[in-house]
Amino acid sequence: MTDIRYLAPRTLDEAVGAFAAAAGAARILAGGTDLLVQMKAGTVSPGLIVDIKKIAEMTTIEETADGGFCIGAAVSGAVLGEHPRFGKVWPGVLEAVNLIGSTQVQGRATAGGNLCNGSPAGDSVPAMIAAGAIVTVQGPKGRRQMSVEAVPAGPGRTNFAPGEILVAFTLPPRPKGSGDAYLRMIPRTEMDIAVVGCGVSLTLEKGICTAARVALGAVAPTVLLVEAAAKALVGTKLDAADLDTAAAACSASCRPIDDKRGTIAYRTKVAGVLLKRTAAIAADRAGKV
Amino acid sequence: MAKLHVTTTINGDPVEFLCEPHHTMLDVLRGSLGLTGSKEGCGSGDCGACSVTLDGRLVCSCLMLAAEAEGHQIRTIEGMAEGEMLHPLQQKFLEMAALQCGICTPGMLVAAKALLEHNQEPTETEVRYWLAGNLCRCTGYDKIVRAVLETAAEMRGAAR
Ligand SMILES: Cc1cc2nc3c(=O)[nH]c(=O)nc-3n(C[C@H](O)[C@H](O)[C@H](O)COP(=O)(O)OP(=O)(O)OC[C@H]3O[C@@H](n4cnc5c(N)ncnc54)[C@H](O)[C@@H]3O)c2cc1C
Ligand code: FES
Ligand code: FES
Repeated sequence: MTDIRYLAPRTLDEAVGAFAAAAGAARILAGGTDLLVQMKAGTVSPGLIVDIKKIAEMTTIEETADGGFCIGAAVSGAVLGEHPRFGKVWPGVLEAVNLIGSTQVQGRATAGGNLCNGSPAGDSVPAMIAAGAIVTVQGPKGRRQMSVEAVPAGPGRTNFAPGEILVAFTLPPRPKGSGDAYLRMIPRTEMDIAVVGCGVSLTLEKGICTAARVALGAVAPTVLLVEAAAKALVGTKLDAADLDTAAAACSASCRPIDDKRGTIAYRTKVAGVLLKRTAAIAADRAGKV
Repeated sequence: MAKLHVTTTINGDPVEFLCEPHHTMLDVLRGSLGLTGSKEGCGSGDCGACSVTLDGRLVCSCLMLAAEAEGHQIRTIEGMAEGEMLHPLQQKFLEMAALQCGICTPGMLVAAKALLEHNQEPTETEVRYWLAGNLCRCTGYDKIVRAVLETAAEMRGAAR
C-alpha cells in the first residue's frame, strides 16, 4: 500500500473540500466495515481517507417537529438501536439496520455505508426505500436531496456526482395506523448475506390499506422499489388473494443472478413468499399503532 | 510518507504511538505496542478474535484504523484482569474448560464482558446472538455459552 493520507475533519465543508479536491482518489470512511475489508483485499486503494465520524451533523439522530427523523450518515447500527423513539416509529428500518453483521460490526456499521457501498444485498436499503426515506447529499456544487431508491446505480456504484458525500437520511412523519417490516432469507440465522430481502411499509385505515411501499434486495443489480406490488396492496384488506397478487408482482420484478446462495428460480419464488410474510408483520404493527 | 502521531488511552493508560494511515488498530496493538492478546483470525471482521472495546462499545480492531483511536478509550484483553486477579469470566472459562486452543478466547472474553456490562441477565439465546461474531473452531460453543451464563448468575449473586 502506497501513500495514503487520513483526514478526520470536524466540519462537512472541510470534508467535502478535501474529498472533491482528491478527485476520485479519495474514499469516505464511515464504519469502515466494507471499506477496510476492501482495502485489505486490495480491491480499493484510496489515496485519501476522509473519516466523517468527527462531524457533528453526521453523527446525530434528530426527531423533527413534524414527527419525522433525520439520521446522520455516520450513525452506527448500535447507536440507532439505543435511540428511545426511533425503533418504536420505524421498527422495520431498525431491524434491517440491526441485521447487519455481528455485535462488533453493529458497533461501527452505518446505514449510510450500507447504501453507498452499493451492494444489491445491503440489508438496510430495502427497508429505507419502503420507508420512503430521502437522502441529503453535499458536494462541491452544494446540497441536494434524492430518494434512497435513486442512489444505487449498480453493484458497487452510486448516482452521486463526483465529490458528493451522503450527509443524512430523512424519514417522513408517520400517519396513524402505519407499520413497517423487513425480512431477509438467509440459509443461516445470523452473519450471512441476504439471498432475498424484502421491506414493506404500509398504512391501514379501518382495515383497508391506504398506502404501501415495497422494496426488494438481492434480486437485481440494484435494490428495487416494486411499485406494482404496492399498487396490488393499496385499496385492499390484505386478504390472501391480494397478497398473492402482490407476491406475483414481486416475483415478476426480479432479475436475479444464479450463485452459490440461490438460483434464479429460487430467488424469484422466495421474493413473493417474503413479501407475504413481511406485509403480514407490517400490517400487524400498523393495527397496533 | 509521514507517519501519524496518535494519542489515545488503552486500558486506562495514556498511550502515544506512530502509525501509517492504513494500519489497523490490531496492527498497532500487536506490532508497535506489543499487546498480542488480541488475535488476528481473519482480518476481515468475520471471526471476532481481535475484539476490543472503543469507548465501551465492542468492535473488531481489524476493522478500525489505528488513526481512529485518537482521543478515544480502547480496552483490550490485557486490561481485563486486575493484576493477578482474574475477571470472573476468565476464572469461569478456566473452571468450565470453555477453551481449547485459546485463539478465540481473548475475543470471546472481551465480547462476553461487553455483553454483561450491557445486560446482566442475558438468556442463552441472547448470549448466542451477542457472540455470533466470535468464531470458535474447537469448543462447539456450548461450554463458552454456559460459562458466560454461569458467570452472569454469579455476578448477580455477588451484587446482591
Ligand atoms: C463480518 C461482516 C458481516 C456483515 N454482514 C452484513 C449483513 O448482514 N448485511 C449487510 O447488508 N451488510 C453486511 N456487512 C457489510 C457492511 O457491514 C455493511 O455494508 C455496512 O452497512 C457498511 O457500513 P460502514 O459504515 O461500515 O461503511 P464503510 O465501510 O465506512 O463504507 C462503505 C462504502 O461507502 C462509502 N461511504 C460510506 N459513507 C459514505 C458517505 N457518507 N458518503 C459517501 N460515501 C460513503 C465508503 O467510501 C465505502 O466505499 C458485513 C460486513 C462484515 C465485515
Ligand atoms: S481478525 Fe478481526 S474479526 Fe477476525
Ligand atoms: S478454543 Fe480454539 S478456536 Fe476457540
